Amino acid sequence: MSDPIVTICEHYHRDRSRLMDIVREVQARQGQVSPEAEAVIARELGCKPVEVQSTVSFYAFLSERPVGHIPIRLCNDVVDRMAGAAEVARAFERELGIPMGSVTGDGLFGLHWTPCIGMSDQAPAALIGDLPVTRLRPEDVPELVEILRLSKDPHAIPREVGDGNNAHPLVRSMVHNNIRRSGPVCLSPWPRGEAVHRAAAMDPREILETIGTSGLRGRGGAAFPTGMKWRFAAQAPGARKTVICNADEGEPGTFKDRVLLTEQAGMVVEGMIIAARAIGADEGILYLRGEYEYLRAFLESVLQEYRADGLLGSSIAGLGGFDFDIRIQMGAGAYVCGEETALISSCEGRRGDPRNKPPFPAQKGYLDRPTIVNNVETFCCATRIVLGGAEWFRSLGTESSPGTKLLSVSGDCERPGVYEFEFGTPLSSVLRAVQADDAQALLVGGPSGQFVQEAGFGRTIAFDDLGTAGAVVVFDHSRDLLEIVEQYMEFFCEESCGYCTPCRFGNEVILQIVHRLRTGWGKPEDLDLLRELGQVMRKASRCGLGQTSANPVLSTMDQFPHIYESQIARPRGFDLAAATSQAEALAGHPSRHLEKEGDHA
Amino acid sequence: MTTAVKPRIATVSLAGCFGCHMSLLDIDERLLDLVEIVDFDRSPIDDIKTFTHRCAIGLVEGGCANDENVHVLEEFRENCDILVSIGECARTGGIPALRNSIPLAECLDEAYRSGPTVYNPTGTLPTDEELPLLLNRVVPCHEVVRIDYHVMGCPPSAETLWQVLTALLSNEKVQLPYELIKYD
Repeated sequence: MSDPIVTICEHYHRDRSRLMDIVREVQARQGQVSPEAEAVIARELGCKPVEVQSTVSFYAFLSERPVGHIPIRLCNDVVDRMAGAAEVARAFERELGIPMGSVTGDGLFGLHWTPCIGMSDQAPAALIGDLPVTRLRPEDVPELVEILRLSKDPHAIPREVGDGNNAHPLVRSMVHNNIRRSGPVCLSPWPRGEAVHRAAAMDPREILETIGTSGLRGRGGAAFPTGMKWRFAAQAPGARKTVICNADEGEPGTFKDRVLLTEQAGMVVEGMIIAARAIGADEGILYLRGEYEYLRAFLESVLQEYRADGLLGSSIAGLGGFDFDIRIQMGAGAYVCGEETALISSCEGRRGDPRNKPPFPAQKGYLDRPTIVNNVETFCCATRIVLGGAEWFRSLGTESSPGTKLLSVSGDCERPGVYEFEFGTPLSSVLRAVQADDAQALLVGGPSGQFVQEAGFGRTIAFDDLGTAGAVVVFDHSRDLLEIVEQYMEFFCEESCGYCTPCRFGNEVILQIVHRLRTGWGKPEDLDLLRELGQVMRKASRCGLGQTSANPVLSTMDQFPHIYESQIARPRGFDLAAATSQAEALAGHPSRHLEKEGDHA
Repeated sequence: MTTAVKPRIATVSLAGCFGCHMSLLDIDERLLDLVEIVDFDRSPIDDIKTFTHRCAIGLVEGGCANDENVHVLEEFRENCDILVSIGECARTGGIPALRNSIPLAECLDEAYRSGPTVYNPTGTLPTDEELPLLLNRVVPCHEVVRIDYHVMGCPPSAETLWQVLTALLSNEKVQLPYELIKYD
């Protein structure tokens, strides 16, 4: 049993920092990373078993216990639930004869919930093995299970492949791009390789200058000026520097990076090469979220093409000393790894724990080297800026927010998908484009962003108004917003890394209070408590997760106060009929106190 | 005989063991001081079965294991200004709540049919309408009605109960010294 594991460790040169890759491979091969396997890995890498265990236990896609030969992971994001994920789950439970969260007796199937897998525009969706299966309907489930039972292989699922590179032989997925609106920066053709040649011909300081004057700001949500980040890393002392592309888009409702990686992967790679030239990095990492494993082979082939063309590897574009290569680091299902310091920890083969800042990654990041971490879309922009120039880029968007922004729109609208808008576009235009005429609320920037009500639909997508990493979720008037808030808080409770108290505890307490409100047990003082907790979490949490995870509550309290006040005014009561349901069935008569209870109500 | 209206106290043991009430009796001769300043209304202490007046304070021992408990607790909430959960069963469900992880049908089967000392050839379960129906799970009091104060302990000591009662009656803050709330 130990032999294949030793081979895997040897393949990674027994390098402790590649632990993620090692445990992922063991998980893929054995369906689990058993304590015995952990011991072997620890021995091979010369570390303590608890270090391996700590990494394995952190990530949702890694498990000490078997998760099934074919793990079926149903997405339970809010948008998927709105699209009927619960009915799909029931169909799977019926067909497999097991409840959610368990494995069939023969070990063939595991049935699990998983947060947003980046398919909100084609919900409800699931990952079966590594394969995304979209637009699931309960009536399709029996046949699906039958095929899997006979073939024991998710790739045997018959599927019409999606558009564009989703049909590429190395992808062959049923995912659709749903590109609804292309703009001049990210979603239009670009002269492949030209930006790299230009960057090689430019002085690194010139690149920094161009990116700086373009006014480009990070597209991953934090909006940090990209030129400044690159300059810090360029100036930081260090023989080796690293460029990391953050392709861990986990913010519920965000899927624009999925589309960029499918259709514009070259632009992303070129952006990374440009960054490497600018800061003097020799190593690049594309951190791809575990949910996008189905794109991995394709992305490897893209990198290989760039190497073959002399645009990646040593002496890039014929420039002696310009050496830079990129490896893909797979994630394993952890929202917090989208936070840059957690992502760096993960690249080093550790738990995805965020780190204290300072030192900032630009000074001390991956393996203590000066490191820049940028979003997929940011690198696309960098490529386009080198091609089109800073002035051209500044002519798009607004003064404070130059350029365009990709929005991934989902929820209650006719045309969910990816839209490239110039910054400064009002929400009302977005709503018209996506054909949502009954919107009650928009969630801009995902649950860590903010809810906006109708009166705010004139507000604009811009850093000084509504900043966003791209997610826009539409909720129509039929939706119970407090229920949606509760579901988002469940998500944050699940995804908190647990390191710092405000986040670990705060999310749980907020969830409890929201649950209390929804079940009619709210007290007037609960509202003050919610506000106070939210403020404490915002100030005292260690990373962006806890600093923003109270936002679903804080922004709805601000924008939709009536959904809270109406709950508090509601008379409370104990549901005696429900509480005696089992005894009633056994005794053959209902509780004799029921009528009297009815009188009270 | 004094004409001033004394505040009234009601007490009840729901799904509890009466241990908390025994602890209340353990205030010993201070019982005489207590009845100087309060009247007991519905309570096992004077065996009054139904509320006669509105009460200032209701002390509840035990959680809710059946529909009768729920009904009584709701009556207490309606008739008492301040409702206090006394002891671990009222606060958390306590020992009776140990059955919560076992489906009710299995519990009754063990008790009335398959237990080693059970003689029940017809295998019938109690179905008389006069008998309370068990709840699917035992719940603490605050899941049924609003509870104003919780007093911990299994049982809370006589001294703790005395301190709580006198503080509530004199409208002062309850100050429980460390020894009274230290249990290990």
